[in-house]
Amino acid sequence: MTVAIDRATGKRRGDRAPRPGLGRRVRNGYQRHWYAYAMIAPVVVVLGVLVLYPLVYGLYLTLTDANSLNTARTIGVNHIDATYKFIGLDNYQDILFGPTAYDRFWSHFIWTIAWTALCVALHYCIGLGLALLLNQKLRGRTVYRLILILPWAVPTFVTVFGWRFMLADGGVINSALDALHLPAPLWLEDTFWQRFAAIMVNTWCGVPFMMVSLLGGLQSIDASLYEAAEMDGANAWQRFRYVTLPGLRSVSSTVVLLGIIWTFNQFAVIFLLFGNTAPDAQILVTWAYYLGFGQQPRDFAQSAAYGILLLAVLIVFTSFYRRWLNRDEQQLAI
Amino acid sequence: MSTTTPPETAAGEPVAKVLAAPGPGPRRPHGRRGLLTSLASHGILTVASLIALFPIAWLVFLSLGPDKDDYLHPGDIWHKMTFSNYAFVLEHTGFFGWLKSSLIVSLGTTVIGVLVAATTGYAVSRMRFPGYKKLMWALLVTQMFPIAVLIVPMYQILSDLQLIDSYLGLILVYCSTAVPYSAWLLKGYFDTIPFEIDEAGRVDGLTPFGTFFRLILPLAKPGLAVAAFYNFITAFGEVAFASTFMLDDSKYTFAVGLQSFVSEHDAQRNLMAATAVLVAIPVSAFFYLVQKNLVTGLTAGGTKG
Repeated sequence: MTVAIDRATGKRRGDRAPRPGLGRRVRNGYQRHWYAYAMIAPVVVVLGVLVLYPLVYGLYLTLTDANSLNTARTIGVNHIDATYKFIGLDNYQDILFGPTAYDRFWSHFIWTIAWTALCVALHYCIGLGLALLLNQKLRGRTVYRLILILPWAVPTFVTVFGWRFMLADGGVINSALDALHLPAPLWLEDTFWQRFAAIMVNTWCGVPFMMVSLLGGLQSIDASLYEAAEMDGANAWQRFRYVTLPGLRSVSSTVVLLGIIWTFNQFAVIFLLFGNTAPDAQILVTWAYYLGFGQQPRDFAQSAAYGILLLAVLIVFTSFYRRWLNRDEQQLAI
Repeated sequence: MSTTTPPETAAGEPVAKVLAAPGPGPRRPHGRRGLLTSLASHGILTVASLIALFPIAWLVFLSLGPDKDDYLHPGDIWHKMTFSNYAFVLEHTGFFGWLKSSLIVSLGTTVIGVLVAATTGYAVSRMRFPGYKKLMWALLVTQMFPIAVLIVPMYQILSDLQLIDSYLGLILVYCSTAVPYSAWLLKGYFDTIPFEIDEAGRVDGLTPFGTFFRLILPLAKPGLAVAAFYNFITAFGEVAFASTFMLDDSKYTFAVGLQSFVSEHDAQRNLMAATAVLVAIPVSAFFYLVQKNLVTGLTAGGTKG
């Protein structure tokens, strides 16, 4: 084997292996690729059947006026055939530029962007702060770490209900605020406070993941770098700025990207915190779900169209993010 | 050294990593400043721990109150603490049915997901084949599919296949979300296993499949544990697909069953809290069992992208 891509040592190198000579490549090529394809075949099949096909089908649905009244369905023994028809790009036109498009799409769009940016920024900053604190020689840091990952350990659908009890009118948070003579907002009714509560709960849920990942990243930074920096007279801030942050760069870029994707698509927190009661606090994902399944008749076509728009936003964003990350070095594997 | 030091200072200290530590490095003398920093660290960490702990502790506390409106007067609960909610949940609700559904779906997703993801992770970690970049890109893109894209067509397709309301349907749906991330994660983990091991296996006459099954998989147990755990948690905690695709209340998973306390049973919050606690205990226990591997696995997945 001539393939020796030594990425495990943390050396930043291009993602391709040093190429063997042409003769060898041809000789080995077929055999090696054959195995590789056999190994990725299951994933390709799974993704093809479970993702690609639904995606194509969904794309087709967005070009129709399908809803729960005109799709094929079986009631008892009677089978009713689908009667929806092809209407071209009308759904997109209606969502983006139709009457009341601002209320239906753009307001949710703006809120989704704000929600994603705020949540990820909070996740990252708090997570980094806690990771730095935990990365010291400190008595009881294992205990702290075990407690701090608790919000991640308990399933979201459980903790969100816990928060709902706390935020409810007359719940413990408002009682405490009352006792301190502070105004007690209507967390679950007023739009601004709904949004505030959603961000708060999601931050609480999402920090442990960032913390654990960044802690791992911190521990993989070579200790001798800090010693060298200290020899050179760098103060704490300079060590943080010129050793820690660059050392965290690759883990940060990955977790921030994942964080953005997950937060953008975060369904459980908002859905479980408010149900259908808060139309203004719905981000696009939950709003699309509401259109497709939370109302009667279910508007499958519009819901799917929202989904495609969401995906388009994410893909465009991710492409730019990758290009921006790789602007000076080809360090990510993808 | 400046005298005003943010609490982060001490993070600059070299951390003795069990494996990598070359030896006891020169340490800064611990003086007054060290003590202050350490006090501040403890203070912040304690506050953070309380915030992390409180909502869950509160849920446990509320679950002990016998009336459904007890959450409004938590002070009264002290006088009448009882486990009656738990008894009622276990005896008179669909708790065990939900448990069965959740376990079937989660374990099914875990087994299928890890098996499929492991081979892919290995292939993309070790072999450079035409289409490699495209595959990685596809895995990433799949990871960011909003449920809204797939839920409608999947609903249509599953109802065509009569898979609505069936465990198999839900498992397949979950695999589509769990597999790409697991493959990514495992690729990162396989990257940390030295290539020399593969080479040694090859020299001794193993096929690539043999190398994978006999040498790499046993070495990758921590990584596999993380991937399995991720799959399990994803499937266990998923709300949207489960709420939409499981219509028969004997097949509800916990995520759906818990919601039914609010709508059908007239907001029986005390029972809901008790159920939530019962659900949280085994999952958290499981979480803490594998969490040691979690940091290793996630970082390996994270740093190597």
